[in-house]
Amino acid sequence: MLTDDEKAEIDKEIAKFPHKSHACLDALLAVQKHRGYISDETLAMVADYLEMSPTELSGIASFYNLIFRKSVGQSVIRLCDSVSCWIMGYEAVRNEIKEQLKIDFGETSADQRFTLLPAQCLGACDKAPALMIDDDLYTNVNKDNLKEILLAHENKGPCHVATSDRKDEKRRTTTMSKGLPVGPRL
Amino acid sequence: MRKDGQPLCLKDYLSAHGYKASEKATKQFKASELIELIKDAGLLGRGGAGFSTGIKMSAVPSAKEEGDMRYLVVNADEMEPGTFKDRWLLEGNPHQLIEGIIIAALAIKAPVAYVFLRGEYKEAERRLEHALHEAYDAGVVGDGLKIHIHMSAGRYICGEETALLNALEGRRAIPRTKPPFPQVSGLFGKPTVVQNVETICNLPHIVANGAAWYKSLGRAIDAGTKIFGVSGKVKHPGAFELPMGTMGKDIIYEHAQGLLDGLKLRAFMPGGASTDLLTAEFLDVPMDYSSMAKMKTRMGTGTMIVIDDHTCPVGLLVNLERFFKQESCGFCTPCREGLSWVHDTLLAIEEGDGRVSDLEILRQHGKLLAPGSTFCALAPGASAPLLSGLTLFADDFMQHISEKRCPYRT
Repeated sequence: MLTDDEKAEIDKEIAKFPHKSHACLDALLAVQKHRGYISDETLAMVADYLEMSPTELSGIASFYNLIFRKSVGQSVIRLCDSVSCWIMGYEAVRNEIKEQLKIDFGETSADQRFTLLPAQCLGACDKAPALMIDDDLYTNVNKDNLKEILLAHENKGPCHVATSDRKDEKRRTTTMSKGLPVGPRL
Repeated sequence: MRKDGQPLCLKDYLSAHGYKASEKATKQFKASELIELIKDAGLLGRGGAGFSTGIKMSAVPSAKEEGDMRYLVVNADEMEPGTFKDRWLLEGNPHQLIEGIIIAALAIKAPVAYVFLRGEYKEAERRLEHALHEAYDAGVVGDGLKIHIHMSAGRYICGEETALLNALEGRRAIPRTKPPFPQVSGLFGKPTVVQNVETICNLPHIVANGAAWYKSLGRAIDAGTKIFGVSGKVKHPGAFELPMGTMGKDIIYEHAQGLLDGLKLRAFMPGGASTDLLTAEFLDVPMDYSSMAKMKTRMGTGTMIVIDDHTCPVGLLVNLERFFKQESCGFCTPCREGLSWVHDTLLAIEEGDGRVSDLEILRQHGKLLAPGSTFCALAPGASAPLLSGLTLFADDFMQHISEKRCPYRT
């Protein structure tokens, strides 16, 4: 069953479009925020809510890399492997993640805390290498400050918990060494 | 733009004459006059193709009756590797974009605008949403225009305008046949204009200061200013707003302060992963669409990638072609099948398992990927660095093949 929160979020997206089904990607992203990933059961429920067939929705969902059809860890690390980050040595960061969390691209840590995925250019090429952990961008990452970043994130808690459970927004501004977070702070 | 990287809030923006241009456009211009003004100013689409914005807008058929639906879509799906100009504009000055949207929507008489924002640009989303609330609360947007933010679910191909429309409609993001062009039959089958973030951000300044002023800003052929950027091993990587037509060498050596100590420039890409690999000679060509086109190359997004002499050019091509291979939507054969072969062949050479005959195979694939063989510009974008790289770095390729190893690996 979709929760009331989830339904309310989907309805908000539907309101932006002429027809329900147009909001299917937004709906999947909204539900994924709560559940971490889109299981077959979840997909069927969303399809039902949008009056689509599960097959149709599955075909659409599988096209997009930000919709996870397999389970992921509590937090997803997306490490940019595109050209500028490659030149600036993202591979060293990838190796350091391998060292610290024992995971490579496509893998989830044994404690289910982190999943590591490759990301296409994150648009932070002037501060490469860059990575995202859930919704937060970290730049000028190297093997020395990686631990600090992971630790800061650890204190913040995982992303896909109900919004009301989220720690105070202000905590996310944790300032770290120079050039690090491009944080929220409105 | 603020030095500390924080966005301009409504108060800041208003005190810098913000929303004066949209007010002027609403009160003093007819839609057709706005389009003429944009045409006269010579504004060219900043997404990379450099097509005239005014001409694109004027292709929207005039509304037969009031209430005929048409859409404005802002392409904020920045994902071209090496490109970070739209993030800078979105995060640094969201109100400028909103004001531009108001003007563009007036010009094409669109009551609804969608900002198609890249899924990873969460910070931009937060800031834009906040700015939108401020703008609606202050009444500067007006009742006649609805602006929606749509977060993308990923994939590079969504930056292609017709694929973007499919994504926005909640379908697989596969490019559509043109014609019909989106201006005639776009989003939900209605007339639609898709414009890049940077293009839209130019509009308030054109309306406020006029076409002649805007034209005078360019240093070479094309008009206005451009957000240039430099990434790679330079001392001061970043984005810089400079006159259109600024020389590449000024951007790299003056604004980005040159390469890190001990490194030399080997080549550069003028505007993202889908542009040619160019030698230092091209640094003396003015960076604008027309001047680069004269030299039979493309400026692309204008965010330059610097390749230094310690970076393996074969490895670079492996990285670039892996990106294109992965991001192909799979619709056209040369792109879906060809790019996998290109990547695998390049990787084999990089790992010391290449043959001389591989180079001819790569060149052939490059030609099959070139413009005309595929539906959209993804394959030609993959072909540009491949063909130019094969020529430019022929010695490196031969060395990899004859030594059966990558000479850059220690």
